[in-house]
Amino acid sequence: MGSPTEAGRFGEFGGRYVPESLVPACAALEAAFRQAWADPAFHQQLSRLRTEYAGRPTALTPALNLSADLGVTLLLKREDLAHTGSHKINNVLGQALLAQRMGKTRLIAETGAGQHGVATATAAALFGMRATVYMGERDIERQRLNVFRMELLGAEVIPVTSGSRTLKDATNEAMRAWVAAVDDAHFCLGSVGGPHPYPWLVRELQRVIGEEARAQTPTVPDVVVACVGGGSNAAGTFAGFVDTDARLIGVEAAGGAAMTNGSPGVVHGYRSMVLQDADGQVLEAESIAAGLDYPGIGPEHAHLGTTGRAEYRTVDDAEVLAAVVRLARSEGIICALESAHAVAWVLRAAGTPDLPTGSTVLLTLSGRGDKDMAALAGEIR
Amino acid sequence: MKQLNPYLTGGITPDWTDYLLAYQEAGADAVEIGLPFSDPMMDGATIQQASDQALRRGVTIDSILADLVAVRAHVRIPLIAMTYANLVFRDGPETFCRRLAGAGISGLIVPDVPVDEAGRLEAAATAAGIDLILLAAPVTAPDRLAEIGRRSRGFVYAVSVMDTTGERDALAATAAPLARRLREVTELPVLIGFGISTPGQAAAAARAGDGVVIASALMRRVLEGASPDDLRAEVAGFRAALDQVDQEMPVARAHPEVSGYRR
Ligand SMILES: Cc1ncc(COP(=O)(O)O)c(C=O)c1O
Repeated sequence: MGSPTEAGRFGEFGGRYVPESLVPACAALEAAFRQAWADPAFHQQLSRLRTEYAGRPTALTPALNLSADLGVTLLLKREDLAHTGSHKINNVLGQALLAQRMGKTRLIAETGAGQHGVATATAAALFGMRATVYMGERDIERQRLNVFRMELLGAEVIPVTSGSRTLKDATNEAMRAWVAAVDDAHFCLGSVGGPHPYPWLVRELQRVIGEEARAQTPTVPDVVVACVGGGSNAAGTFAGFVDTDARLIGVEAAGGAAMTNGSPGVVHGYRSMVLQDADGQVLEAESIAAGLDYPGIGPEHAHLGTTGRAEYRTVDDAEVLAAVVRLARSEGIICALESAHAVAWVLRAAGTPDLPTGSTVLLTLSGRGDKDMAALAGEIR
Repeated sequence: MKQLNPYLTGGITPDWTDYLLAYQEAGADAVEIGLPFSDPMMDGATIQQASDQALRRGVTIDSILADLVAVRAHVRIPLIAMTYANLVFRDGPETFCRRLAGAGISGLIVPDVPVDEAGRLEAAATAAGIDLILLAAPVTAPDRLAEIGRRSRGFVYAVSVMDTTGERDALAATAAPLARRLREVTELPVLIGFGISTPGQAAAAARAGDGVVIASALMRRVLEGASPDDLRAEVAGFRAALDQVDQEMPVARAHPEVSGYRR
C-alpha cells in the first residue's frame, strides 16, 4: 500500500472533492504531512508518544480457547489495550503533532462510536488545544459514556440533528465547521475517508498496527481480518501484510456495507463505494455499531476490493452480539461492537472453505467494549 | 447592469415553479435551481432544510426537470442548476449535462467540484452546451484565481465568506476584496454569493462585483410558507437595490459573455 497519485487517487477512487474554500487547507495539510513524514524528528516524537503515552506496542494475544473450539489459530491484535481504548489514538496523536507543526490551536472532529472523539479530546488535552467534536444525536444516546469522557477531557461535544443523526451527518457538520475555522483549526478526521490527503495520511498513521503485528507473528498468517467502518483499523492492519500471501478480509456491518452493496459515488470529499439511490442520494446506514453505521468506505478499500487484493464480507447485528458474548466468555475480553464484526466473521467462517480448519488468522481487535455496556445490557441477558 | 440571480430549491413545494415565475417577474436575470442532495456540505441550516423538505416530498432529478419542462414556454431567463458532485457523477457527467440541457438549463454550479477535479465535467458541460460556473473563495491563491477565471464559463461565482450558505447580519468583509481580485484576472462577470441577506447588503456587494446570488434569505421565506407573490415582492426589493447601484455607477465595463444570461 504505497502513496496515492498526485491527485490523491487509489486507482479510480479518492480525490479531493471539496469546496474551493477548503482546497488550500487540504493542500497545506498535504504539504505539512509530506514534510513531517520525511523528518526523523517527527517520527521520533510520534514514536515516543506511542510508547510512553499510548502504550504501544499493543499485545498480540493468541485466543487459545476459541482457537481450540474453532479449529483455527486465532491471534488477536489488541488495539483495545491502547490508551483511550481503541486504535483511534494512533491516528489522532499523529494528526495532533501535525496540527501543532501547522500552528493550529484547535481540533475539529466527527465521531460515531465516540472513540475517535475521545481520542481527539485526549490529544487536545495533552497538546493544550481546544477540541470540538460533532456527534449525531442518535450516537450520543447510544454511546453516552464516551460523551461524558469527552466532556471530562474538556472537549465540546456538539449534537448533530440533521439527516440520520449519525456519523454521516456528524461528518457533514464537522466539514462545515472547518470551512468557518480553517485559519486556526485542524480537521482531525477519524478514518481513511475524506479528501486527499486524509485517506493516505490516516492509513500511514495506522500502519503501526500492521507493522507491529507482522513483527509479532512468527510466520505470515493465512488470513488477516479487521472490521471496516471508514476502514482505518483495517487499512492500518492490511498495510503490514499487503506484500505477503495473506488473504486480507474486511468485515462490514450488513446495514452499512458500502463495499458489498454500494456503487461508486462522491461523498465527504472523496470518490469511493457509497450506499445510494438511483439519483445519488446517500442512503442511511443501519447498524448496532455506531462506528460502522456509515454509508461510505475509504477509497483505498474500494481500490483493494475492485482489484481483488482484499475481500469484503458482511455480518449482521445478531451475529455481532453473539460474537461479543462468545469472545468475552471464552477469552475474558470484552470487545467493542465494531471489533466484534471481525470476530463474528471468524465464528461463521471457521471450518468452511472461506476459512479452512488449520488456518492461522490475525484479527485486529480495534477497541474495547466498555462504551457499549448500556447498549448491550438491553440486548443480552 | 448589475445581475440578480435568486436561488430556488427544486421541488420544495408542489407548486414550486410558481416561485420561479415570480422571481422572473420581479426582475431576476437568471434563476439558480437547487437540485437537492442528501448531504449538502456547503449549505447552512436553511438550504439544508429546504433540500430535506424537497427530498421528503419524494422529488427526483427527473421530477424537477419535468416540472421545468412544463413551464418552459413561460421562462424567458436562463436557468442554472446548482447541486453536488454525487448527483452529477452518478450516471456520468455526460448524461447529467445532457439531461439538464434537455430541460432548458444552460448553466451548472457544483460547489464540491473544485477546478482540479473539474476536467471531465468541464468537457461534458461544453459538449452539452452548458456553462460550468466555477467558484472562487476568499482563501484562493492568485494563481488558482487566474485559473478559475480562465476556465469558468458564464460568470465566476465569488464565495463571499469563509462559511457555508446562510443569512448574515452584514456582508462579509472578505466579499469585496475577492470580487476585486477576480475582476483583475477575468473578463467574465463576477457574481457574489453566500450570505447576502438584504437589499442593502446586495447593493454593497454589487458595488464591488457585477451582481449577486440570493439564496437563504429567500428560501427561509418559502420554508415559512410565504407565497409566490410574497417572494415576488422580496426579489423586487433586491432588484430595486441593484438598479439603484446601476444609477449611481455608470457602466464601468461591458460584458460580452454575459449575453446568455441577460436576454
Ligand atoms: C472500536 C472501533 N473500531 C472500529 C471503528 C471503525 O472505524 P475504522 O473502520 O476507521 O477503523 C470504530 C469507529 O468508531 C471504533 O470505535
